[in-house]
Amino acid sequence: MRLPDAKIPPGPLEHKWQAWIDQHRLVGPNNRSGKNVIVIGTGLAGASAAASLAAQGFGVKSFCFQDSPRRAHSIAAQGGINASKDYANEGDSVRRLFADTMKGGDFRSREANVWRLAELSENIIDQAVAQGVPFNREYGGQLATRSFGGVLVQRTFYSRGQTGQQLLLGAYSALEQQVAAGNAVVHSRHEMLDVVIVDGEARGVIVRNLVTGEIERHAADAVILASGGYTNVYYLSTNAMGSNVTAAWRAHRHGALMANPSYTQIHPTCIPQSGEYQSKLTLMSESLRNDGRVWVPRKGGDDRPPAEIPEDERFYYLEERYPSFGNLAPRDIASRAAKVVCDDGLGVGPTGRGVYLDFRDAIAQRGRDVVEVRYGNLFEMYENITGENPYETPMMIYPAPHYAMGGLWVDYELQTTIPGLFAIGEANFSDHGANRLGASALMQALADGYFIVPHTVAHHLTADRESVSTTDSAFDTAQDAVESHITRLMDVGGTKAAQVFHRELGNVMLDYCGMARNAPGLEKALTEIGEIRENFWSDLRVDPGRDEFNQSLEYANRVSDFLELGELMCLDALRREESCGGHFREEYETDDGEALRDDERFAKVTAWEYQGDDGDPVPHDEQLSFENVKLATRSYK
Amino acid sequence: MNFTLEIWRQFDTGEEGRYEDFTVEGIDPEASFLEMLDQLNERLTEEERRTVAFDSDCREGICGTCSLVINDTPHGPRQVTSCQTYMRDFEDGATIRVEPFRSTTFPVIRDLVTDRSALDRVIQAGGYTGATTGPQPEPNSMPVAPEVQEKAMDAAICIGCGACVAACPNGAAMLFTGAKVTHLNLLPQGQAERGNRANSMVEQMDEEGFGGCTNFGECSRVCPQEISLDVIGMLNREYRKARLSRDPKDPPTMLAQ
Repeated sequence: MRLPDAKIPPGPLEHKWQAWIDQHRLVGPNNRSGKNVIVIGTGLAGASAAASLAAQGFGVKSFCFQDSPRRAHSIAAQGGINASKDYANEGDSVRRLFADTMKGGDFRSREANVWRLAELSENIIDQAVAQGVPFNREYGGQLATRSFGGVLVQRTFYSRGQTGQQLLLGAYSALEQQVAAGNAVVHSRHEMLDVVIVDGEARGVIVRNLVTGEIERHAADAVILASGGYTNVYYLSTNAMGSNVTAAWRAHRHGALMANPSYTQIHPTCIPQSGEYQSKLTLMSESLRNDGRVWVPRKGGDDRPPAEIPEDERFYYLEERYPSFGNLAPRDIASRAAKVVCDDGLGVGPTGRGVYLDFRDAIAQRGRDVVEVRYGNLFEMYENITGENPYETPMMIYPAPHYAMGGLWVDYELQTTIPGLFAIGEANFSDHGANRLGASALMQALADGYFIVPHTVAHHLTADRESVSTTDSAFDTAQDAVESHITRLMDVGGTKAAQVFHRELGNVMLDYCGMARNAPGLEKALTEIGEIRENFWSDLRVDPGRDEFNQSLEYANRVSDFLELGELMCLDALRREESCGGHFREEYETDDGEALRDDERFAKVTAWEYQGDDGDPVPHDEQLSFENVKLATRSYK
Repeated sequence: MNFTLEIWRQFDTGEEGRYEDFTVEGIDPEASFLEMLDQLNERLTEEERRTVAFDSDCREGICGTCSLVINDTPHGPRQVTSCQTYMRDFEDGATIRVEPFRSTTFPVIRDLVTDRSALDRVIQAGGYTGATTGPQPEPNSMPVAPEVQEKAMDAAICIGCGACVAACPNGAAMLFTGAKVTHLNLLPQGQAERGNRANSMVEQMDEEGFGGCTNFGECSRVCPQEISLDVIGMLNREYRKARLSRDPKDPPTMLAQ
């Protein structure tokens, strides 16, 4: 196959989206209820898309594996959401947000998509406030903003350290309003296991009812995947236990190309791992770096309590290496810097893989009260987990897998290479290039869901289509494939739980396809993942009973897809012989240890085509062009 | 650390349940309660026994999925979510009883997993401002004093876990519903529907079979977000006002009165 056209509208960057809106076709209000859309996932992207399409009058069926749509993992986003409103009167603008995002992504994203994102950012704040999202306010009642990594303005709006929760509850309640109005139906505790393709178009899904085990068929005129990211491939990550790649991966197996799968974000400020039994890593919001200073002792093995280490024996490595951005260096850079100091033996904590995030100076300068208003709930959360009080002793942090910039390839309309199948939010690859800036995930998910797919999917729905029944043979074939995969999992009859293999996979991915990568390591990872996969399919054990509630089956099913994704990530990382953003190949670094891009060869998106269980995936390249930003070596010094 | 666990096992909604005893050994005090259960399940798999079903997702205290009653208290001893309960909070060698959230409105699906969809239906009845997607007014045209925003936020942070219902001797969902009503009542965007909202959310609570509030205060005591009982006062006031203005001849009949 050839990579389809990205459908970027002609004309100046500033007018592309409006030009697209102006020309798109419409379905009349009376005809909308007869057009059905399936939305997979109820996070910020999925809930906002489902609510918006339902409010227009389309028939929406929404699915989530959680017991309620309100629990999708967007709920855990802490720090904030960007918008170029320039309330702080710093000269912020759409162009500046666009340029920061392009640069933050190390020039590996599409200009047109990023511009649209920046343009829509302001509407999102207005929308959220109208829904009753209680953003923090300044003294005079105006919306408050703060800074995030990689930018020099204050454009991040926030609700304490629970911005994701408040935005998601806004989108969730908008969706529930549509359920009450009869325009949307939510199927919770349902997991999508396959997309159904009729005459080359996505026309339905196969889902498993997680309570009864029943395999169900649902038909529609379009399918939207808002199924989130895949950093649980690393086993330990900041994602939720249930976050998975299954919906996106099954679409990939049907021909949806997977773009830049190796672009993953390892977030610099997380609570370090404490033991082998650990099931997840907890993020401490990047907003903490507004006031917290990151340091390690200058001497390796210095085991004095942090308070006893004098100022001149502290190595504030971000402030020293990146004086203009300091502690607010972007995530990829801050993470790698933490890894480097720990590799050099300067790390702290029981494992030596930790650095201090210290609020001593902020408390002295601004007072404890101010720090408490800004970060109180984060401090509490930290104390809950670690038993240490960050008002008195510095936090200990270390990078952890957090976000996938890679994902399903989509065109400007957010449509995958399967017509009628759209991918939004973290599930697509579109806007963040090789590194996402803080507080941009919420922005992108909601831009996609509130303001982009309601237009592009509506446009898709204008075409005359024959209605499809779930008795169509395509549904039989898809259901058979799903059933036989489940049978295969049930029948291995081994001795180990899926999490054993998942943990092994995670260790390999973190070691060889994490913050630093190199060719021999990636080759080794490919061999090891092959072995883990083989062991999985010979020694897995799941609880008996497929036609019932069976969490071990759900989990094993997800791990089976992670094992395949892991291989593709390594292949992608191997092929990209440059360093950019979160993808750092040790063979390609500047003299002072920064990422060294190769724009000649790699200013492009790599979209992978599935070739069957035994075939080698085939890469397709989309050349990126830069007409509105200057390709430059990223510098935060 | 070693523990004896008395875990509620129930195959299905209709089936009768019972406690089953397990011992777990060599548990790290820094492991969370759910990680301790993970280890138990990994071992049960090796022993070819059916694993214990329990809900969890974010494991950082914000999604509201985890829902265990630990030693007779929803979420356990420390007024944090089940996932934020750590084994260091228990005595070595202790016997710990683990049950699902108990409420007739939360039927057990399996073992420790319950169906809390009744709470979603209460939100459907009116837990929103009614703004649909589209152009909206400039937010700074409606200033909100920071103290008011803080108060609204104190209610808006409800995670919808349902511990309040599980703790209430009446099985009331007043803290949950009160939190939503309070959040929206305090903000300018929530004014237009305030009366209808309170009215229909209360009606839905009654329809779901939640009980009424008789001021035990257990809900707030177990709430991991420490939502104050004040939200119930706000709900009651709003509901009464709404009923009276709607039809003076049909006075409020909420179970909670």
